[in-house]
Amino acid sequence: MELDVLLFASWAEALGAQQVRLSLPSEPRVADVLAAAEARAGGRPLPRPLVAVNHRYAKPDTPVRAGDEVALIPPVAGG
Amino acid sequence: MRSAVVDHPLDPTALLAEVASTSSGASTLFVGTVRRVNDGKDVTGIDYSAYGPMAEAELATIVAEAAARFGTERIAVEHRVGTLTLGEASIVIAVSHARRAAAMDAQRYLIEEIKKRVPVWKREHYADGSREWVDPTAVPA
Repeated sequence: MELDVLLFASWAEALGAQQVRLSLPSEPRVADVLAAAEARAGGRPLPRPLVAVNHRYAKPDTPVRAGDEVALIPPVAGG
Repeated sequence: MRSAVVDHPLDPTALLAEVASTSSGASTLFVGTVRRVNDGKDVTGIDYSAYGPMAEAELATIVAEAAARFGTERIAVEHRVGTLTLGEASIVIAVSHARRAAAMDAQRYLIEEIKKRVPVWKREHYADGSREWVDPTAVPA
């Protein structure tokens, strides 16, 4: 399955895009999104992100479905 | 209760007025501002960016948690995004409560949870012209 994933902050800057299309196995989970994203990042020294599905932080075993809004969340630094 | 991510300068006294009530015995106002020195580096400004819809959802969740936990709905929070210069406010949190201890506890809870959970990022600009994304999880070099 192909999935567009939103990028922010250091990840968006390093990959030069606000989103990337990732190839995932069938019936993917959040852990598959992370693995594919890290493969796409190659050897760039990026902080490990969390993954949000439909605006909520998701656990590694959370399923990802077509049409979900999926985003990589690098370490946050608000306030 | 109200929370928002905004792209204009913040007005702390407006948020304080928004939560004020004659049933309150205490109001607290927290203002986070851009500091000149971070990690020994000379900061000249900060770009704040957010994952807008999720940041607003997470802010609203945290405010609702604080309301339930500390017993007041008189809470207003605004987080600013965009390029800020030294001394400018990046976040304002106003809380009003019948009792001061609960107002202060709610204030502390709000800022700590916001810093941990709301998807907002900052890229510091330094006096030497370089820029860097701030990573609070990074191990100091």
